[in-house]
Amino acid sequence: MYVAVKGGDKAIENSLRYLADIRRGDRRVPELSIAQIREQLPLAVDRVMTEGSLHDPDLAALAIKQANGDIQEAVFLLRAYRTTLPRFGASLPIDTAKMQIRRRISATYKDLPGGQILGPSFDYTHRLLDFTLAANGETREAPKSDEPVPEGMPRVADILDHEGLIELEIPDDEDGAVPDLTRESMSFPADRATRLQNLARGDEGFLLALGYSTQRGFGNAHPFAGEIRMGELAVSFVPEELGFEIEIGEITVTECQMVNQFKGSSKVPPQFTRGYGLTFGHCERKAMSMALVDRALRAREFGEEIEAPAQDEEFVLYHSDNVEASGFVQHLKLPHYVDFQGELVTVRELRAEIEAREKDNQTDDDELAAAE
Amino acid sequence: MEPQASPPHSNERKRWMSILAKASYEDLNSLWQNLPDKPEWSRIRAPEIGMVMVRGRMGGTGNRFNLGEMTVTRCTVGLSCGLIGHGYVSGRNKDHAEVAAVIDALMQRKERAETVEHSIIKPLELRHLDRRKRASRKAAATKVEFFTVAREN
Repeated sequence: MYVAVKGGDKAIENSLRYLADIRRGDRRVPELSIAQIREQLPLAVDRVMTEGSLHDPDLAALAIKQANGDIQEAVFLLRAYRTTLPRFGASLPIDTAKMQIRRRISATYKDLPGGQILGPSFDYTHRLLDFTLAANGETREAPKSDEPVPEGMPRVADILDHEGLIELEIPDDEDGAVPDLTRESMSFPADRATRLQNLARGDEGFLLALGYSTQRGFGNAHPFAGEIRMGELAVSFVPEELGFEIEIGEITVTECQMVNQFKGSSKVPPQFTRGYGLTFGHCERKAMSMALVDRALRAREFGEEIEAPAQDEEFVLYHSDNVEASGFVQHLKLPHYVDFQGELVTVRELRAEIEAREKDNQTDDDELAAAE
Repeated sequence: MEPQASPPHSNERKRWMSILAKASYEDLNSLWQNLPDKPEWSRIRAPEIGMVMVRGRMGGTGNRFNLGEMTVTRCTVGLSCGLIGHGYVSGRNKDHAEVAAVIDALMQRKERAETVEHSIIKPLELRHLDRRKRASRKAAATKVEFFTVAREN
């Protein structure tokens, strides 16, 4: 319990001004614009949109600026903003097979149809600091092939599908409501749609650690990165007043299909099982972690023993949200003066009791010694 | 209620509305400013910023789930002749939604459709395809060409 404490208005006001002052930094250095953040820190923007659960690059860039570069604080700002907007409805499900590919790799097939397209990636950098960037050199435009990447690149999972080697992902409910944890609170056991929504907005660091734990033996994982793809696709929406679908814009997404070891039953011969990751923007590490955790959380469905943290859906889903987690951890900073006074009284009483008892014992000992 | 696929007669409208939504506002506005004989219009629904929940499918092909929302601005206008136009565009640019709505209404007017198609819709479509192709050609340049080394003996 904490009680309201009055006073400190002036101190708070000055603290906010100090924060703004720090945000601006040395006035001799030019101020960052929102466009600069959007264009030159695109992966920070993508992460804030994904975990903020709102696709809007300009808003995410603004949030990063306002948060002095604190990514979780920026996520919080975006989440808060989204609560002020009405929702017009839900899109038709995006079709990642129709993505205009900018990156697409598979760790399971070297010669996959359509080829391995590396796109813009840190994978082949040497992780050595590049001091030419500090010198503000001009960056040349990337080389271009004569021809673009063909459209409608097949998904690796669909290739395995043809042979029946991988579990099928076929919709069995196209008319029912899609669970939405921004509208109803979670209940357990949670269905996979709720889990995926939770993971999609979950903290990248938390999911990365959990995904890593499944690889190290905490959970039964034998994953392969079947396919990772990143690129642009149109979002279609059916406005009520029109009654037909229109595209309302284009977004970048990253998709990861993890292929995991077999599961069979008396009816189905052994097949690879799947974990799925999907994010706004280019959030590859997040998409991969999400796919690992999605697969781990399917333990119940596959009759696997639930023994590792990543398989425990209450543990994962209740702790993945960095806005909630940050709020609860940071609320410890709020005044707990009365609580603490109470604890002080208790600890003093305890100590007094012990002291008194020790004194008694001492007296008894002395008397005993005297008697001897 | 689950949205239905579009009936065939709406395909043309679907096309131009999609092009208007995907265009950059700078491109759209400069073409719009150059259009002669702009109509009078009134706002039936003033530009409004909201969100659409973007859905994905499990494994890309399975059941639906909610990925996250995107900002969208919509606007509805009426021309003096009674035609109604809608604009639905991603982001929070109210002018974009309103201009898109006016052009949507104009495109429904038979005597104006051809000019507007020529001077606004087609150029926007080409610019969009061009931007897309440019990015895609950069991606294509990063395609791995595996080769095997022939052994000589």
